[in-house]
Amino acid sequence: MFEIMEGLKSAFWLVVTFDAELWEISLRSLRVTLTALLVASAIAIPLGTFLAVQRFRYRRTIISFINALMGLPPVVVGLLVYILLSRSGPFGVLNLLFTPTAMIIAQVIIITPVIASIAHQSMRELWAEYHDLLISLNTTKGQRILTLIKDGRRNLLTAMLAGFGRAIGEVGAIMIVGGNIDHVTRVLTTAIALETGKGDFALALGLGFVLIGIAFVVNIAIHTLSQTEREGRW
Amino acid sequence: MKKLILAAIAVLWAQACNADAMRMAVTTSFDSSGLAEVLLPAIKEDLDLDVRLLVVGTGQALRLGEAGDVDAVLVHSKAAEKAFVAAGHGTHRREIMYNDFVIIGPVADPAQISVASSAAVAVQKIEDAQTPFVSRGDDSGTHKAELKIWASAGLDADGFGPWYRAVGAGMGAALNTAAGMQAYVLSDRASWLNFGNKDGLALLFSGDPVLFNQYAFLPVDPSKNAALRNDLAMKLEDWLTSPRAAELINGYEINGEKLFVFNAQNE
Repeated sequence: MFEIMEGLKSAFWLVVTFDAELWEISLRSLRVTLTALLVASAIAIPLGTFLAVQRFRYRRTIISFINALMGLPPVVVGLLVYILLSRSGPFGVLNLLFTPTAMIIAQVIIITPVIASIAHQSMRELWAEYHDLLISLNTTKGQRILTLIKDGRRNLLTAMLAGFGRAIGEVGAIMIVGGNIDHVTRVLTTAIALETGKGDFALALGLGFVLIGIAFVVNIAIHTLSQTEREGRW
Repeated sequence: MKKLILAAIAVLWAQACNADAMRMAVTTSFDSSGLAEVLLPAIKEDLDLDVRLLVVGTGQALRLGEAGDVDAVLVHSKAAEKAFVAAGHGTHRREIMYNDFVIIGPVADPAQISVASSAAVAVQKIEDAQTPFVSRGDDSGTHKAELKIWASAGLDADGFGPWYRAVGAGMGAALNTAAGMQAYVLSDRASWLNFGNKDGLALLFSGDPVLFNQYAFLPVDPSKNAALRNDLAMKLEDWLTSPRAAELINGYEINGEKLFVFNAQNE
């Protein structure tokens, strides 16, 4: 119990003193995760919507497969990305291992199935509602997908926030592909793992509280930008 | 509000850096000793070289070297290092410094190892008492040293009962686990002194020559791939074996206790 109080205290002091290192790793955390979120959303949202609108032979298999990938252990993703990006691996010439880009790639792989699954689920319900209207208007497939994405944006936002939550708190994969290098690939979660390893629980908890605070701010910011959860805009 | 948020996002992506740098895989015990925080700024100052540390177990460090993903490794497991050089993954092996391993355990010392005459006797006592013992279990240098000590007492860790707990984690995590279950654990002296959660644990046994812990520097063979910076690795080796490094390494203390002894030979 004592340590939780110490953690809150250290989080408070880190924030009010504008600790330079804290700023650096927090910004890096945000940069990596938000980039991964944008890339993953660009893949997952059209994919999830397409799977809701289109009927084809292996649709059910693909949906089950994507749902199964939601449970992918980050460490396995990290190891796969490591093997691919290693200089002795197929993409070694790109020299991406132990860079923030490698961390973004790993996070995209982790959160794309999460966003696609949730997006598909909500789009399916919306499609049931819109089906007759959009068919009778003789819309093209592309128009249908765009309409669903536009009108289902609040549900899609939930999907994106779920993806963000999984990515910002993830440590297993980015530890392997990023390497937790000071000033290069150290982010909040890997710093927390490091401080725990050193037995400095107060600092580790403090960083954890900062992480929760950042996630909160990002959620608020996304709601503001997309103008949801506001009066008169339900 | 909206503009403010967009501006904040713009700032986020605006920064980028790419200085001349090399990568070195080091053992968790080296990093948690805190010595890196003394050496790296000095290296930056003297050589204008950014050394990026990848903190992993000795087993993984050598694996990273084998794949050509790091320019050099700094580890502490002589047999594995010799095999690494023999297999052509490293150009050579250069000894830099040493410290020693210590046996940590609950303050009450249920197995009475603090009065043991040697490390072999101490671990024999732990085995007799069947008190919990936390093993790194991650193929690291410390893990290999631990297995060697069991072997020196004629014991085989594979046959141990549930009191022997292989956690498969780094030095700090293993110490945390030992603190939580009031178990014995083998640690290097530096990690122990720098460890913040000593709750109920104490240093119980040290001083046997078998606990000697040599750290060595191994540049990775540059023929593995074109991106390897062997030139920087050699520059770093020269620095690590210089009088300046000797002064910093020998002068590094925690709570007034000296942690490492510089022993690089000039060639």
